[in-house]
Amino acid sequence: MSENKENSVCSAQDVTQMLKRIAFEIADRNSASEKLVLIGVLTRGVSLARRLQKIISTASGRELPLGILDITLYRDDLSIATHHPVVRKTEIPFSLDGVTVILIDDVLYTGRTVRAAMDSLIDFGRPQSIQLAVLVDRGCHELPIAADFVGVRVPASPQDRVMVRVAESDGFDKVTVMPRNSIPQDSTSGEE
Amino acid sequence: MGFKRKDLLGTRDLSALEIRSLLESAESFKEIAERPLKKVPALRGKTVINLFFEPSTRTRTSFEIAAKRLSADAVNMSASTSSVVKGESLLDTVDNIQAMAPDIIVIRHKFVGAAHLIAGRVGARVVNAGDGANEHPTQALLDLLTISEHKKLEPGLTVAIIGDIAHSRVARSNIWALLTLGITVRVCAPPTMLPRGLDKIPGVVVCARPEAALAGVDVVMMLRIQLERQDRMLFPSIRDYARIFGLNRQRLELAAPDAIVMHPGPMNRGVEITSEVADSDRAVILNQVSNGVALRMAVLFLLGGQGHE
Repeated sequence: MSENKENSVCSAQDVTQMLKRIAFEIADRNSASEKLVLIGVLTRGVSLARRLQKIISTASGRELPLGILDITLYRDDLSIATHHPVVRKTEIPFSLDGVTVILIDDVLYTGRTVRAAMDSLIDFGRPQSIQLAVLVDRGCHELPIAADFVGVRVPASPQDRVMVRVAESDGFDKVTVMPRNSIPQDSTSGEE
Repeated sequence: MGFKRKDLLGTRDLSALEIRSLLESAESFKEIAERPLKKVPALRGKTVINLFFEPSTRTRTSFEIAAKRLSADAVNMSASTSSVVKGESLLDTVDNIQAMAPDIIVIRHKFVGAAHLIAGRVGARVVNAGDGANEHPTQALLDLLTISEHKKLEPGLTVAIIGDIAHSRVARSNIWALLTLGITVRVCAPPTMLPRGLDKIPGVVVCARPEAALAGVDVVMMLRIQLERQDRMLFPSIRDYARIFGLNRQRLELAAPDAIVMHPGPMNRGVEITSEVADSDRAVILNQVSNGVALRMAVLFLLGGQGHE
């Protein structure tokens, strides 16, 4: 029903192509850095990180360590959130001291998730640098944060909702834009 | 969905869904103890008051560490240093604390229902850290968390609780929570330490002898014998108690080959449990302590890490 109000921006094929390009950009820009790690932000950022890891491994034989980050405990809206945020497990089984971190999320919107993620990463150690890779940059940033690697830029207004679906969580890959008021209540996809 | 209450007062009225959701949450908090910087900002600016009218080291420290790892400001008040010794009533003490606008009050008191009483009186969220012989919900939940590291928490599992059941809030909270999850509970104690009517609760099996309670059991929970109660003549002598009810290697052989041994502490070595068993690889007693911090972090976060409805 609300399905037909969704405006498809990227097909599954587009998503595959974008990830391939991001993977090559990451490898290219960091070819000199010996300590390179990927960290995905739960939930869809982790799926995307796993795919980037695989693409880079297939293309260059380079096996990059992969970490999983839950940012719930670093959110700046805990005191105003009315629902119970679910805390999931962070798994970073390696030191972040002196490494280059590629932080991966599905959508860059306000920038608050990235702020929380950076604070969390810095509590884990002192990375040499943190670079941000996102599948979609939808604009309307509320913090001075920009992505280093972007799959696609989708200029959207705050009234729109940009939804990223990935096969691992949703059964298929797709990026869509839809008006916020047409989103079904139980919708969980499209973390922003 | 998950745990949505204002207070955590006991396990008796928790649903299986609430229990599982608390345990799942706690699972995510375990990892924070292994970080180089063991602190997250989730409860920054929140005040947690630990109000302990009974002596406690482990539980109070555990709550304090949990609060601090969440960046909350933890304040400890114990009866021996408070105005209680000057004759102030519980309600006056609580009113005074409420006037200082805490977000969460963790309370231990010797009276049954003390936590319930103040929960109805204050706007702060209340965690029961032990009310008389009634309930000690976070202990039961951390015990479940520890069991879940070794066994599936589902019907078919059998847990034996051996010791002073009648005076144990740990036993009560565990029994309620285990029964809610459909787990069979065997209890065993000298008759003077068994509450009446326990055998009428479906899912509870009362055993007269520890050998019967232990046979093929998956989890053994030993309770502390409160030596300070010895003057009430609940059993003839500590030596007799140790001989008949104490857990030693030979008795543990009766349990399932992969059975785990738990104790809420503090242990009386050589009384309810021998050192040989307590220090063996079957004992998960120190895991219980580690899990206590993670579980209490989850509880404090779920109570305090949200806006007001």
